[in-house]
Amino acid sequence: MSFFVADEIAMNFGGIRAVEGVSFAVVPGEVFSIIGPNGAGKTTIFNMISRIYTPSAGRMMFDGADITNVPPHTIASLGIARTFQNIELFANASLLQNLLIGRHCHSKVGLLAQLGFTRSVRDAEIAHREKAEEVIEFLGVQRYRDQLIANLPYGVRKVVELGRALCIEPRLLLLDEPSSGLNVEETEEMGHWIGDIRRELGVTIIMVEHDMKLVHMVSDRVMALAGGRILALGTSSEVQNDPEVIRAYIGGAPA
Amino acid sequence: MIAPFKTSYLQDMALTKTPLAKASYAGLLIALAAIPLVTGEFYVGELGGLFIFAIAGVGLMLLTGYTGLVSLGHAAFLGIGAYAHAIMLAQGVPFLVSLPLAGLITAAFGIAIGVPTLRMSGLYLAISTLAFGSIIGTVLQKWDKLTGGFDGFPVRPPTILGMKVQGAIGTYYTSLIVLVLVIWVALNILRAPLGRAMVAIRDSEISAQSMGINLAVTKSIAFGISAGITGLAGGLYAHYVRHLAPDSFDILLSIQLVTIVFIGGLGSMHGAIFGAVFMRLLPQAIAMVRDDLPFGLGRTPGLEPSLFGLILVLVIMFEPGGINGRWVKLKHWCKAFPLHRRAASRRQKSYAKSERLR
Repeated sequence: MSFFVADEIAMNFGGIRAVEGVSFAVVPGEVFSIIGPNGAGKTTIFNMISRIYTPSAGRMMFDGADITNVPPHTIASLGIARTFQNIELFANASLLQNLLIGRHCHSKVGLLAQLGFTRSVRDAEIAHREKAEEVIEFLGVQRYRDQLIANLPYGVRKVVELGRALCIEPRLLLLDEPSSGLNVEETEEMGHWIGDIRRELGVTIIMVEHDMKLVHMVSDRVMALAGGRILALGTSSEVQNDPEVIRAYIGGAPA
Repeated sequence: MIAPFKTSYLQDMALTKTPLAKASYAGLLIALAAIPLVTGEFYVGELGGLFIFAIAGVGLMLLTGYTGLVSLGHAAFLGIGAYAHAIMLAQGVPFLVSLPLAGLITAAFGIAIGVPTLRMSGLYLAISTLAFGSIIGTVLQKWDKLTGGFDGFPVRPPTILGMKVQGAIGTYYTSLIVLVLVIWVALNILRAPLGRAMVAIRDSEISAQSMGINLAVTKSIAFGISAGITGLAGGLYAHYVRHLAPDSFDILLSIQLVTIVFIGGLGSMHGAIFGAVFMRLLPQAIAMVRDDLPFGLGRTPGLEPSLFGLILVLVIMFEPGGINGRWVKLKHWCKAFPLHRRAASRRQKSYAKSERLR
């Protein structure tokens, strides 16, 4: 059974067709990578799944439910978390606060109780804190716990963003270029995190990525896009050797 | 360098982080409670006014400093609170009912203005709140059956539990109590999910949304709470001025409130208080040296607003953290003495933020 299904989804911006009729299905527990040259529509697909954009056509199903038209702030409580290509952390808050914001979709305390910071709010806060500490330990960022994000190096911020997404306790994790801006070692480390998240936490992952080494290292299946259409879909080596994909990246004689 | 040894998550949630901080806030509170016993009526009255502006400062700080929404219409909320309170008092509503009700009414106005302006941010939001402020100002002037129009509205001296609370000392103590309560509520918000959601919206709306934060609801709540607190300040302000005039709640007052949060330091509760202290002390300081300034400068009209403007510009250019930023650096300097390094307080260059999803 498929866990996440995109059925003929399309996205038009005025006359520009960013994504046209793309269909794919993700099975539980796999790492599904999306590759493609700039402007292929990879991030647009992510923004449709996280409901920042509403598809111009097509349907999206998550765990048996239609999510094509749900409001964007409900995505997190459904169990879909994402990271952003250029890091969208809360820069003037501490690492811990960022992780706790990730717990927001699990918070159920009332407004008046919060104004008085009642016992129920306090107990809920402690529970959130314990979960956040688990994530801090999982990613090994204890020493940065109380630092402002604005003061952290880029590589650490990437990890924190991953941690914030994990605090949602997602079933589906969307990673938008997890390796961008990272050096070779950091990229390799990121690959290990992704493997750990899939193995230890059982999270299904959809990833947009340019670094083919990382894609090859972690992905079960790869989908190549160009110009808003699917070029190839299969294992990493199949897709890398696909003549259409090679032509899209490095050019060649038209077929 | 002293760092508290943490053994419980509750320590991170406590309002005061160290015993020293707790003792100094308690000392400050006792000193403030004792001030009217030792000083004259003038100083007590001025301090009472300071508390009222500090309350409004805390209200605006929640909105501008923590949620990142700039409002140029907060004088209108002060006005709504002041008139609502004064009118209810005139109808014979007891003070202890009337003041919270005035806050609630103003909060309702805050939500009402918040809802249509939710889609705006930055400059556009500032302009629409400015428009709202001038609409309320006009209504206060023209609806003379309710507000007394340009004749003004006399504020009835209140009685709390049978005690007459009039004059500087009465206003002083009621404002101090309300200020402490408001700060307590504001700090509660900031350590609860709502406060974190507000900070998240300030720093990145797009990812706040992906974290499950309902932008529209959170912004409306922030607007409502901020307006409600400012309305409480307005109710107390009515007792401070004793006679309400519709044109006193104008754009200049709104800008004074914005100046409080900017000069005090955005995103800190200390900043709201520091800003209010500064805002109320500067006119006094000007009055003291007015006669001694050369070239008749002290008699130049508009000296005060221009000085405020100049200081606001200088603060934004050279100390974006405001007075609180200076305070934090001073504290760090004292803690690290004599090992302080210049680089410790240097501003970091930040990475370019994505503009793609605006």
